[in-house]
Amino acid sequence: MKEKVLFTLQTPYRQPLPVKGWYFGDPAQKTLAVMGALRGNEIQQMYLCSQLIQALDTLEQQGGLSAECGILVIPCANQFSMNVGRRFWAADNTDINRMFPGYGEGETTQRIAQRIFSALTGYRYGIHVVSLYLPGDCLPHVRIMETGYHRPEEAAGFGLPYTLLRKPRPYDTTTLNYNWQIWDTQAFSLYASQTDDLDQEAAAQGVEAILRFLAGKGLCRAVTGPGETNRLYHEDSLCDILSPTGGLLVHRLPLGAEVKAGDPLAQILDPCTGQALAHLTAPVAGRIFFRHRSRLINGHDMVFRILREDVSPA
Amino acid sequence: MIKEVVRVPLAVGEDLVIQRNTIGGGGKRVCVVTGTHGDELEGQYVAWRLAALLQKEPAHLRGRVDIYPALNPLGISTMTRGMPLCDLDMNRTFPGDLRGSMSEYVAAKLIEDMAGADLCIDIHASNIFLRELPQVRINVNTADTLLPLAKRLNMNLIWIHAAATVLESTLAHSLNSIGTPTLVVEMGIGMRISPEYGEQLLTGIFSLLSHLGMWDAPVMPVAPPIVSSDGAVSFVNADQPGLFFPSSHHHAHVEAGQELGVIADPLTGTVRQRLLSPATGLLFTLREYPVVYEGSLIARILGGSQ
Repeated sequence: MKEKVLFTLQTPYRQPLPVKGWYFGDPAQKTLAVMGALRGNEIQQMYLCSQLIQALDTLEQQGGLSAECGILVIPCANQFSMNVGRRFWAADNTDINRMFPGYGEGETTQRIAQRIFSALTGYRYGIHVVSLYLPGDCLPHVRIMETGYHRPEEAAGFGLPYTLLRKPRPYDTTTLNYNWQIWDTQAFSLYASQTDDLDQEAAAQGVEAILRFLAGKGLCRAVTGPGETNRLYHEDSLCDILSPTGGLLVHRLPLGAEVKAGDPLAQILDPCTGQALAHLTAPVAGRIFFRHRSRLINGHDMVFRILREDVSPA
Repeated sequence: MIKEVVRVPLAVGEDLVIQRNTIGGGGKRVCVVTGTHGDELEGQYVAWRLAALLQKEPAHLRGRVDIYPALNPLGISTMTRGMPLCDLDMNRTFPGDLRGSMSEYVAAKLIEDMAGADLCIDIHASNIFLRELPQVRINVNTADTLLPLAKRLNMNLIWIHAAATVLESTLAHSLNSIGTPTLVVEMGIGMRISPEYGEQLLTGIFSLLSHLGMWDAPVMPVAPPIVSSDGAVSFVNADQPGLFFPSSHHHAHVEAGQELGVIADPLTGTVRQRLLSPATGLLFTLREYPVVYEGSLIARILGGSQ
C-alpha cells in the first residue's frame, strides 16, 4: 500500500487540505479506481472506502493481488465541507459531482474536479461509491449510466442483487460516472444504503462486492462468498410512489420488505392533530427499493420506489 | 390577474405556491421570469416596476405579459440560492418531470406554463460573489433567433457562448429547445438591487414589446450593445487563497498588464498575488466578495487583445 497526496488545497483561513489516494498492486497497471466522498455528508461512502483500504492492504501483504492489478482508492476529497458539516463545497455551495470532467483554469470546484479526474482517468474500471440525491435510503446496488459505452453485463461480477440502468438526464452529464464512461473507463456507481450515518453491514457488503468483482476477473485472490444473482433493471421500470400531500410520515414497513399490491406502506399524518391525511399502499407487488427518510414530507416527494415483481430483469 | 402556476403542500401547515401576474389579454405572449436563485434579487425590482408600468397604461398593451417574480419562493424567503428542501440548484432541474419528485414536478409545471410564449426573458443577478455589467447570454446554437431580440434589450453586452459550454438543465436551454425563445439576462450582484440596472432593462423590455407589436406607446431608444463571442472574453482567476482587494473599477476600460487588484494574507501582512489584466478591454465582471480560494473568479475582460 502506498499513500500519496494527489493534490493539496490551500485555503485562506484553514490549514492546507491534502486529498490522498491509496495505491495497491502495480502502480503502472491502471485496473480499478474507487472514488469515495465528494460531498461533505458522505460518511458511509468514506467509511466503505476505508474498509476497502483495510481489506486491500491485508490482501496485498498476503500476496493476493495479481501482477496485472493496480488499484487506486480515494476515500474523501471534500474534508473542507465534511469538517464543517456542509454537504456541498462550503465556500460557494457547489457540488463537485456536478463539475466533471472539471476545468483546470476554472473556478475552485471545477479545478478540484479536474484534479480528481486526472488521478482517476485511464483505469479500466471505475467505481464511485456515491450517495443518493433523494433524501432517503436504498437497497445496496450498482448503477450504470446508459451512455452507449456501458457494458451492463460487467455488473454481474459484483454479486449484488441489483443493477439499475439509468438513462442520463441533462444534470447527469457532469457527474463522475458519466464522464468516466465517456473517457473509456467502465464506470459503476455503488450505493451502500446510508449517507451521513454508518451502515456497517452494507459497507461490508460493498467491500466484498468490489473484491468479488476483482477476484472474478482473476485480479486478486480474495476469499468472498458467491454473492447473489444479479438482476438488471431499467430505472424507469421502478414503481415510484409520490406523496399526495404534506405532513408527518410514519412508515409501516422497512426498506427491503416484500410487498403485495394493496399492502399498507405508510401513513401521512397531519403534524398537529395526528389525523391521517393519506394511507399509502403498494400499487404493485415487489420489494421496497427506496424509502424516504425524513419524517417531514412534502407533496410530490418521492416516498417509495418499488422493484416490481411483474417486471422481468432486463 | 394573479394566477397560480403550481402548488405543492409542504409538511407543516403551508403550501409552496409559485405565482405569476398576467397582464393583458390575447395575442402574443411574453414571459418575464426571475427569482430562480434565491440570492438574486435584481429581478425583483424589474418585476415590480414592470407590473406597475403595464397596469398604469393597459390600453397600450397589445397581447399578454406574464410576470413570474419568484420561481423559488422558499429560496428567496430564506436567503438561499438553491431550493432549501433538497439543496438543489433550481436552474439545474429543468425540464423537470411531471411524474418526478417535487423539484422535478415544479420544474415541469413551470416549463408547461411558459411553453409556447413568443419570448421569455429570464433575469438573473450573478451571485453574491461577482458584480456583472448588464448583459444577455445566449448560446451560439440559438444566436440566429435570439441575437436580433437581444440587441433590443438595452443591455451593455451580449455574450454568445460556445456550444460546448451549454448547461442543458437550465430553464433557458429547456425552453429554447422546445421552440420558446428565451433570453438570459445577467446583471448586478446577488443579495442587492441596483435600480439603475433595473431601469435600463425596463427600457429594453418595452423596446422589445414595441418591436413585437405588443406596446403601442412611444418607447425610449436603446443603446447598441457590444456583441462578443467566447474568444473575446478573458478570465482572471485566483491562483492563491486570501483576501481580494480590487484596484480597478467595475465597468472601467483596462489595459493589458494593468493591475486589477491583489490577493492579500491578513495573517502575515503580505501580498500573495498581484492580479494583472490579461487583455485590453472592458472590465465587465468584477469580484465583490473578498474571500477567495484558488480558482475563484476575479474578473472578466471583454476585449481579448493583448
